[in-house]
Amino acid sequence: MERQEILEQLNEIFIDVLDLDECNLTDETSANDIEEWDSLSHIQIIVAIEKKFKIKFTSLEIMKWNNVGEMVNSLEEKLK
Amino acid sequence: MLQFKELKKLLKSDLSAFPSIKVSLIGDTATQFLGTAIKGAGVERGYNINLFEAEYNQVERQFLDSTSELYEFDADMIIVFQSTHKLGELHSQLPVEQQMKLADERLEFITSICEIPALANKKIIYFNYPEIDDTVFGSYANKVTSSLSYQVRKLNYELMNLAQQYSNLFICDIAGLQNKLGRDFMFASNIYVSTEMVLSIDALPYVASRVMDIVCAIKGQFKKCLILDLDNTVWGGVIGDDGIEGIQLGHGLGIGKAFTEFQMWIKKLRQRGIIICVASKNNEETAKEPFEKHPDMILKLDDIAVFQANWETKVDNIRTIQSILNIGFDSMVFLDDNPFERNIVREHIKGITVPELPEDPGDYLEYLYSLNLFETASYSSADKDRTKQYQVEAKRVSLSKTFTNEADFLKSLNMVSTVSGFTKFNTPRIAQLSQRSNQFNLRTIRYTEADITALADNPDVIDLSFTLEDKFGDNGLIAVIIMKRLDADTLFIDTWFMSCRVLKRGMENFTLNIMTERAKAAGYKRIIGEYLPTAKNKMVENHYSDLGFNKIEGTETAQYELNVESYQPRECYIETKNT
Repeated sequence: MERQEILEQLNEIFIDVLDLDECNLTDETSANDIEEWDSLSHIQIIVAIEKKFKIKFTSLEIMKWNNVGEMVNSLEEKLK
Repeated sequence: MLQFKELKKLLKSDLSAFPSIKVSLIGDTATQFLGTAIKGAGVERGYNINLFEAEYNQVERQFLDSTSELYEFDADMIIVFQSTHKLGELHSQLPVEQQMKLADERLEFITSICEIPALANKKIIYFNYPEIDDTVFGSYANKVTSSLSYQVRKLNYELMNLAQQYSNLFICDIAGLQNKLGRDFMFASNIYVSTEMVLSIDALPYVASRVMDIVCAIKGQFKKCLILDLDNTVWGGVIGDDGIEGIQLGHGLGIGKAFTEFQMWIKKLRQRGIIICVASKNNEETAKEPFEKHPDMILKLDDIAVFQANWETKVDNIRTIQSILNIGFDSMVFLDDNPFERNIVREHIKGITVPELPEDPGDYLEYLYSLNLFETASYSSADKDRTKQYQVEAKRVSLSKTFTNEADFLKSLNMVSTVSGFTKFNTPRIAQLSQRSNQFNLRTIRYTEADITALADNPDVIDLSFTLEDKFGDNGLIAVIIMKRLDADTLFIDTWFMSCRVLKRGMENFTLNIMTERAKAAGYKRIIGEYLPTAKNKMVENHYSDLGFNKIEGTETAQYELNVESYQPRECYIETKNT
């Protein structure tokens, strides 16, 4: 799957889970940029991504990401 | 079941019209998500849960320090979630001789909570312990007292005993939930590691739902009646077409045993006090034949309180059942294999629960288990007799049709009532009725057994209970009055509730005659009554005016007064039974 496609799907997940009207994720987007994205909703996002892509993240992965780009990297790795 | 994110979204709705319940949540792991899920599940059921969430891992401090936020918040219900995970952690740090006492020590702590005087009138909802099989001993753990499995099972077993001992302790059976859903569903290690939460996101709605089942039951909202379709629901096949030899029932190979086991479950519900009724499109005789003659029928006609088999619609038949039982549609469950009938009933009868039965009758039971439809907050041996009472009521209804004059009908019933104060014998029933009565209930104050005992001992209270018996049978204890002294001349009716089974028998008149008699004897000159409206008690909106009370003007709530001295006993056909 292409990075762009992953990013688009993540965008949908963010809108759904965080109940946003709109969202424009880029590689640089971090929790500082989206008010609703806090440590708790982060967990909801993780679980939603796991379901959508039918993968499992390790505990380490969940805690190490600093921005959306790094999430996409992890996903790309897993979807290979 | 709604998902967690949907529960979370529900919290954004306008809750101002919902009754509010103060609830505290205390756990030894992170509980924010659980708190959110419980609030969401509350909204789903029409409650605004005002939640206090303690910082995590403060279970002991919150309870043992009487100045803690827990006491300051003063919730009606306190949810306590001590996890198997943390228990396991503790277990691993102890020497063997102390591991053996792990369950006992935890039980001692829970006992001490139940005995805190400030919490005597609160409800403690305690999560039991889903098992974690650490396989340190393998199956041999069953032989080893110090093993985690042994201690966890002992703890769960003893919790049941503790809950029987303390009426303020309710166990939320999440161990049972884990048996159903599986440990790998309940727990997600990556979520646990990053958040300290021991419940997976997907498990949260189920756990919250089990919590709300208990909360609603305590609040008097629970199922009382199960209405059954017959063909392909209670037995396999169509009795009208297949005949009594052709329907599928009974053990052995084949689908018959699914129906037999389904009936066994219904029978247990009946024995527990759930009212079982039938609504079937059939000739009555044909529909009754299996109940009378089929050797493999578990359910007998005796088990059915109201049997409606005819060619009217299911909706009409359910309405007829409701008019005989006099209970709310929201306390009824309807089971039918036919999706079309289910939809019609859902559409036309607001509030009734209509489970989406699976297509394969072999799946009925496991599906119904998953819904936990019949949660309750009390159980007494009187519950078992309820079916009989409603069968008798159905007979009364058919007798009343033969009288044109109401007074003649009432006279023909030969009614007698036993009037008594609150005693240790009737206290459980009084407390139970106080929890259950919604419609004929003037102020809807709920009392526990401990409260009732305290009222009985209070010299400023006139406490009365009434039974009603007639030629068809004994209804048992059906009405309760609590009057409190306001001043030397005045009594206030704190509580007046009555079982709807005995409506339209003149019981209200009889009750008031006794009330004024007792008030007069104690030297009071007037009685004040009050009506506090709820979603369910509109039936008694004009109760006091109908009984000749005068409305008091200028009061915030609807209040009425009655002059005891000039009171003329009201006409009724009920005799006092001398005991």
